[in-house]
Amino acid sequence: MRRTYADPYLAGVALGLVLLASFVLSGRGLGASGAFASASASVAAAVDTEAVSANAYFARYLADGGFGSDWLVFELLGVMIGAAVSALVSGRWRAEVERGPRLGIRARLAWAFGGGTLMGAGAMLARGCTSGQALSGGAVLSVGSWVFMLSLFASAYLVAPLLRRLWR
Amino acid sequence: MTATLGIALLIGVAFGVTLEQAGLGRARKLVGQFYGTDFCVFKVMFSAILTTLLGSFWLARLGLVDLTGFYVPETFLLPQFVGGLVFGVGFVLAGLCPGTSCVAAASGRLDGLAVMGGLFVGIGSCGLLFDRLQPLRASTAYGTLTLPQLFELPYGVVVLLVVAVALLAFRLLARFERPA
Repeated sequence: MRRTYADPYLAGVALGLVLLASFVLSGRGLGASGAFASASASVAAAVDTEAVSANAYFARYLADGGFGSDWLVFELLGVMIGAAVSALVSGRWRAEVERGPRLGIRARLAWAFGGGTLMGAGAMLARGCTSGQALSGGAVLSVGSWVFMLSLFASAYLVAPLLRRLWR
Repeated sequence: MTATLGIALLIGVAFGVTLEQAGLGRARKLVGQFYGTDFCVFKVMFSAILTTLLGSFWLARLGLVDLTGFYVPETFLLPQFVGGLVFGVGFVLAGLCPGTSCVAAASGRLDGLAVMGGLFVGIGSCGLLFDRLQPLRASTAYGTLTLPQLFELPYGVVVLLVVAVALLAFRLLARFERPA
């Protein structure tokens, strides 16, 4: 049976309680992009250990054990387990490519990959993404997190009309 | 696996379930945000922020937690502004953000997997270009700076203002939403 989605406000309160629990239990908020940084640091280290230890950005992610002992990596692994179970239980697990009505599968995957690359660059510069900065930093009232949140939504609304073809 | 990582895993599971149940593992639902057909992203995000804000405020008031133990991301004004602009373009192209791309991938959506691949490449490439990017990335540093400090207002007053603005925004969203 394919069930309908939860009420967004109710889901938001639940998400807020998860975020609060994260702060109380671990002293930190939720995140996502940091796990990708940790993964790229570990892959880069496997290719060229010396060059990577000279790179302050990667070295930071390798300092306390790297990918296999990173808080965010385990948290994101949990996200994938939770999402998979939730989708299965609610009858929503389906192998497919979500795309706009006018976009082919290959084009959709290419744009998705490109969008991911840009978000990766933005998250690297801003030191976090929608989870770590906008949501978690926003909830502890960090000025930089609110700047990031406002500029990302402003930018998205500015380019969305130009990219209608992808989604409408 | 240490206790810390075990907690990280459990918090992640709860995070993933919440996002999936809200429908945030589906790109077409997320981008509805940018075309005025579905403001689910705003509703979930801001009711979560309000819940955490009010929860942490009252837990601290009652002496149950110490807010100084909560990690506050440092402010780097210019790179966070520029990073936001770049991120926003990527968000519309991908239709998913980093966390929700994992939800999408875990619920079978291959586009989510493509976004994850892009994130890995994007962050990794910027990591390789660290020396060139760091001047911008480390510029305009303000350390740990919060909105109450910036406006020189008591924490509780800022919490109240954010709650008021968000509730007003929720009412406005209901008026502008045009389900497809």
